Amino acid sequence: MPINDKNGVKVWQVRDRNSQLIRWAMWMAAGIIFYVSWMKISDQTTWFFVYDAPRIAADIGGRAFPPRWSYISQLGKPIWDTLNIATLGTFFALCMAVPIAFLAARNTTPSKLFIRPIALLIIVSTRSINSLIWALLLVSIIGPGVFAGMVAISIRSIGFCAKLLYEAIEEIDENQVEAITATGATRWQTMVFGIVPQILPAFAGIAVFRWDINIRESTVLGLVGAGGIGLQLQSSLNTLAWPQVSLILAVILVAVVIGEWVSAKVRGAII
Amino acid sequence: MSVTLESQVGTPWKKPPFIQNSTIRWGLLIIATVYFFMALGSMDVNWERVYFGLERGRRFVAAFLHPDFGSRASDIKEGMMESVIMTVTSTVVGITISIPIALGAARNIAPLPVYLVCRFIISISRALNEIIVAILFVAIFGFGPLAGFLTLSFATIGFLAKLLAEEIEDMNKVQAEAVKATGSSWLQWINFGVQPQIMPRLIGLSIYRLDINFRESAVLGLVGAGGIGATLNTAFDRYEFDTVAAILLIIIVVVMILEYLSGIIRARVQ
Repeated sequence: MPINDKNGVKVWQVRDRNSQLIRWAMWMAAGIIFYVSWMKISDQTTWFFVYDAPRIAADIGGRAFPPRWSYISQLGKPIWDTLNIATLGTFFALCMAVPIAFLAARNTTPSKLFIRPIALLIIVSTRSINSLIWALLLVSIIGPGVFAGMVAISIRSIGFCAKLLYEAIEEIDENQVEAITATGATRWQTMVFGIVPQILPAFAGIAVFRWDINIRESTVLGLVGAGGIGLQLQSSLNTLAWPQVSLILAVILVAVVIGEWVSAKVRGAII
Repeated sequence: MSVTLESQVGTPWKKPPFIQNSTIRWGLLIIATVYFFMALGSMDVNWERVYFGLERGRRFVAAFLHPDFGSRASDIKEGMMESVIMTVTSTVVGITISIPIALGAARNIAPLPVYLVCRFIISISRALNEIIVAILFVAIFGFGPLAGFLTLSFATIGFLAKLLAEEIEDMNKVQAEAVKATGSSWLQWINFGVQPQIMPRLIGLSIYRLDINFRESAVLGLVGAGGIGATLNTAFDRYEFDTVAAILLIIIVVVMILEYLSGIIRARVQ
């Protein structure tokens, strides 16, 4: 135990001298990195605008309030589109994520050497690119509209769902699988009666969880032209119609809260 | 169940249905099918446009085989640096702010008024999408990485404080009480009774958030909040798919490295 001798009195310390020095050096390095990074940001900032920010914020707030309630009649279709993007996107993502998850899980993959790395590559590459970038890409490939948003959401969700699902598959109880195999079941029967029942709760949880996230993400896809309520947000922002912006933000907030509430209820009912 | 053994003999076993009540089961199925086709119908796809787009899609996929790092190297480097800088600073600031908020949002530490205020801050931060926050910050603070930095810090607070508060609420009371029994002050109690228990989780979450912040910083540029997103957007607008492929590959590689590192660090602290 590190003890410091101070005028003949032993004082207990958490760490001895060397580890304390190393810690200080690490904190110092972190501090310097942070300082340098901050200076870079600071260089690129027009500080006059920042000092002016409270006034601007108050100005925008003043313009945005009260929201233009009559505009809500035009938001019905966009919010329906947003819901469809999220739901269908989740559905198609799950259709593709399930086979990929089975190919990626160590205990179900047909070939650890060839197929598993490919499945993992698909998972990593779809996961690390944000759905907004996917939307940007798909808008430039298949044109603007709800369809591009739906495909973007489903591609982005494949990696997320497949990753969580294959982790669930790897954690299953092998005894049950062995019991099914012992009855003389074929490979497919083992899958259906041995593995699937064990991962079904996890599957349902993942599906609802991702649906909740997708609702949030599909609200902004319109900013790049991929349909949904984001289109209205974009056009209101472009025309500086702040009362409409505040109404749209309120609608999005309500949609997100409802989505979270539904997903929490469903997850509570399943698990 | 009034099913006798005799009546069951000879009939093959059937899997019990997922939902017991048959009315609810069929009702849900029908509603889901109807909704599915309605939603599918509302999606008017211009197949001709899609068909023309496929050629561009093929070019995009082909671009991944020969990504062009060279011709826009300075733009990519600058955007990347900005993304990294935004990620680092916003993660540090976000963690620093979210620790006190997490302490306030844990019911076993904070009194009720503080708890409610902190929970309110967390739910506001979680409910707003990063992009929307970024748009507002860009409108208020002007273009540039400062808006992105503020956005990511704000988003970090909601994420980290919520998960950390849950960890604090689940902590072992006995250890904290033992420290309190030695006559420690409140700060000492937090430092020696609570902090050691949540430290592994805090480190794991921080690294995870660093990863998320980097990924998010890649899109903030689309709305003018700095980072690689602006470069990416320009490349998309010019249909320079080789450059797009290069940027996306860099993002994927960085995310993979971060994920690998976070796996190692999390395994070490736990």
